Amino acid sequence: MKTICLYFEIHQPVRLKRYRFFEIGTDHYYYDDFENERAITETAQKSYIPTLNTLLEMAKENAGYFKVAFSLSGVAMELLETYAPEVIELLQQLNETGCVEFLAEPYSHGLSSLANEEVFIEETKRQSKKIRQVFGHTPKVLRNSSLIYNDEIGALAGQMGFKGMIAEGAKHILGWKSPHYVYSCAHDPSVKLLLRDYNLSDDISLRFNDSNWNEYPLFADRYIGKIASLPEDEQVINIFMELCAIGIFQPLSSNILDFLKALPTQAKAQNVVFATPSEIIDKSKPVDIMEVIHPVSWNDEERDTSCWLGNGMQREAFHKLYQEAGRILACKDRRIKQDWDRIQASNNFRFMTTKPASVTMFRSFYDSPYDAFTNYMNILGDFIKRVQNLFPIEVENDELNALYTTIHNQGQEIAVKDSEISRLKARLEKYEPAAPAAEPQPAAAAKAEPETKHRGRKPKAAEADSTPKATAKKATPKKK
Amino acid sequence: MKVLMFGWEFPPKIYGGLAVASYGITKGLSEQGDVQTTFCLPKPTGEEERHINIINMGQVPVAWRDVNYDNIRSRFVGHTVDDYFRFRDHIYADFNYLQGLDDLGCIQFAGGYPGNLHEEINNFSIIAGVLARSEQFDLIHAHDWLTYPAGVHAKLVSGKPLCIHVHATDFDRSRGKVNPTVYSIEKNGMDHADCIMCVSELTRQTVINQYHQDPRKCVAMHNAVYPLNEEYRAIEPHKNPKEKVVTYLGRITMQKGPEYFIEAAKRVLTRTHNIRFCFAGSGDMMNAMIELAAAYGIADRCHFPGFQRGKQVYECYKNSDVFVMPSVSEPFGIAPLEAMQCGCPSIISKQSGCGEILSNVIKVDYWDVDAMSDAIYSICSYDSLHKYLAEEGLKEVDGITWEKVGLRIRECYNQLVRRGYFNNDEYLSAVKNIK
Repeated sequence: MKTICLYFEIHQPVRLKRYRFFEIGTDHYYYDDFENERAITETAQKSYIPTLNTLLEMAKENAGYFKVAFSLSGVAMELLETYAPEVIELLQQLNETGCVEFLAEPYSHGLSSLANEEVFIEETKRQSKKIRQVFGHTPKVLRNSSLIYNDEIGALAGQMGFKGMIAEGAKHILGWKSPHYVYSCAHDPSVKLLLRDYNLSDDISLRFNDSNWNEYPLFADRYIGKIASLPEDEQVINIFMELCAIGIFQPLSSNILDFLKALPTQAKAQNVVFATPSEIIDKSKPVDIMEVIHPVSWNDEERDTSCWLGNGMQREAFHKLYQEAGRILACKDRRIKQDWDRIQASNNFRFMTTKPASVTMFRSFYDSPYDAFTNYMNILGDFIKRVQNLFPIEVENDELNALYTTIHNQGQEIAVKDSEISRLKARLEKYEPAAPAAEPQPAAAAKAEPETKHRGRKPKAAEADSTPKATAKKATPKKK
Repeated sequence: MKVLMFGWEFPPKIYGGLAVASYGITKGLSEQGDVQTTFCLPKPTGEEERHINIINMGQVPVAWRDVNYDNIRSRFVGHTVDDYFRFRDHIYADFNYLQGLDDLGCIQFAGGYPGNLHEEINNFSIIAGVLARSEQFDLIHAHDWLTYPAGVHAKLVSGKPLCIHVHATDFDRSRGKVNPTVYSIEKNGMDHADCIMCVSELTRQTVINQYHQDPRKCVAMHNAVYPLNEEYRAIEPHKNPKEKVVTYLGRITMQKGPEYFIEAAKRVLTRTHNIRFCFAGSGDMMNAMIELAAAYGIADRCHFPGFQRGKQVYECYKNSDVFVMPSVSEPFGIAPLEAMQCGCPSIISKQSGCGEILSNVIKVDYWDVDAMSDAIYSICSYDSLHKYLAEEGLKEVDGITWEKVGLRIRECYNQLVRRGYFNNDEYLSAVKNIK
């Protein structure tokens, strides 16, 4: 039985404001709030809300039959929470119908998977956590920003415990193969891959309203007919797109919502079912491994990373940004962390592309790629200065990492020591049952107490023993 | 196809951009093989390149003189003594009343842009009447407003189609406060023209809106550049690696917006100190600019080397890291293209015509000094941007050639000669493939 896997991406970048170089060091706010509010409200009104309402209706009418998957970037969730909370509510309602799966993705919708493993893992985990908080599920399947995928990223997904990833079914990685099967990652065969069928996906997201297209107008019966008439063995049809394809790229006036609504009925009639990525991954066995040496993505005809890292400017910005990754991971400043998420978004790099206008519905809010680059580099200049102010420049990244590893491990070390203490104490009690109350050791107690408070445990007076003293002594100098 | 062309400047004698453009256009046309251009100049030097027939307007008779063929044979610069006698047969009125006729019955020209320019323009058109009667040609092409009256006269006499080439309008030169005499000459020329070639869409819009011309007979005909010659290409830049040089090159006058450059310089220098600003050129606002720089306290970083000629211009480009053209209104502006040929990234104002055909430059509004200074700072600070603009700019400018301009002009000529009128829409569809 043919299975459609329908998946929508929800992402909006935080628009950066016009930031001149003479503001570097004086102004640390980088965002155009007015434009952000306008853009998010517009997208929500024109696209997200009507589409989600339709999907909700579809889910209710075809309870248990219709399935759909979403992924939200963390920055977009923040924006939606601020300016269009009704979108999140709709997603929650949709979630309650039980037909929805949420996928994990990097929090920032950035290119960290190509630059820094640690950042990638950290922000993916953070995003999963946020999804769990809002929707109550921990994502099982990973989807990288703009479906960027190669073998190493697949292996990282396995390392993080994901059982599958979704990726682009680009011609140059598939060759003669078909995207309508489940594959597995070459570096970690436990990670299964679902590959996007770009023809069927783009039929909706790119061409639906194009009257020059030879299949225009597209109707649900014909669309499902195309799927049903695929060869017998080709079972999995992955239709992935951005949610704003419906309503923004293809206007609602093209009746795209009616098309969408008719899909389940037509699918039932032609014996086609829906499933979420997890269900497919659980059910299907991979037919083969898929080797992807160079990263692929779902952008442009090339389906690679050239729209973000194609020219020298983009690469300079990219390297400058991720050079500071170690320090940012180490730091605890919330504003820096938030700025880091926002300026990482891949859209910022896309605005700097000098490739000739491509087929996609890509809109830039800058005059030219040079304008985008100048603005971004000014912001990055200020941001990097702030990060460097946190830690002296002379401290090498390695040294800093070593220090932070010590601090990081300190907690565990202390825990180990604590358990040892209680063990020893128990033993001590055994041997000295009639001993008088321990003499107070004020110096040691004073030293130990702030330390224990810091670790969030109740200070115990009884701890005024010789062992905690040693721990405290060991720990305090490291913190300096 | 025979073209009677009127021009005011031609290399090697160069007063401004007009000479270079006239050369490029005639060269581009001559490369097609079947276009014969007769170029009428007020005062040729005799050293002009001979891909065209030069007619020396100062040696075309307007009053009959009885002269001896052998005695005067050696005196002609441009056309020959035979041409002289042919022209003498076509004198159409008695111009003996004119002051300053020489023994050949010709009117002398001072050349260039003298004080009695209007008189010279008038004389030029009187002589054009003789030429129009004696020469055989298929159409008339007049460059810049100085030669419009001549073109109109030739058209009225011969009935051949007239094409005028607008290299600049008085609206560009005067920031809107036009000289009524100049305006009337321009307007008259445009009214009589069958085809108006403007050096950019910007100029075309001025012609349509300020001179009230039919858009269908106006066409945007962008200029081009010639590849650098060996001598200029071999210039070795000597740059101080610790300092960057930002250059303005052109007349220091209202039209070119030098004060915006100073404003941008001031902003850049509040943040960095390793950038120098070079004001190459001279003009009526030069002293005011020096004073302004001094008032802002940046005079130590601003340099005024004065008017640059020939090779100096290219040395200037080669030693610069950024070229800025903040023109308030620039019909075309060939300087950024030359800077790009030398591998120097350019920042131009959006009010410059050349921006229409360039994409690897940074375009800002001339008044937006924040954006301008930001762009200067960005190119000076980030090597990747400098490198990208330098490399891609060079590639781009290499694709802008006079041969292609020649082909486009030929398309206009074809329309005019075949049908006697011009239509811009048909032209646009015909030249789609010239890329």
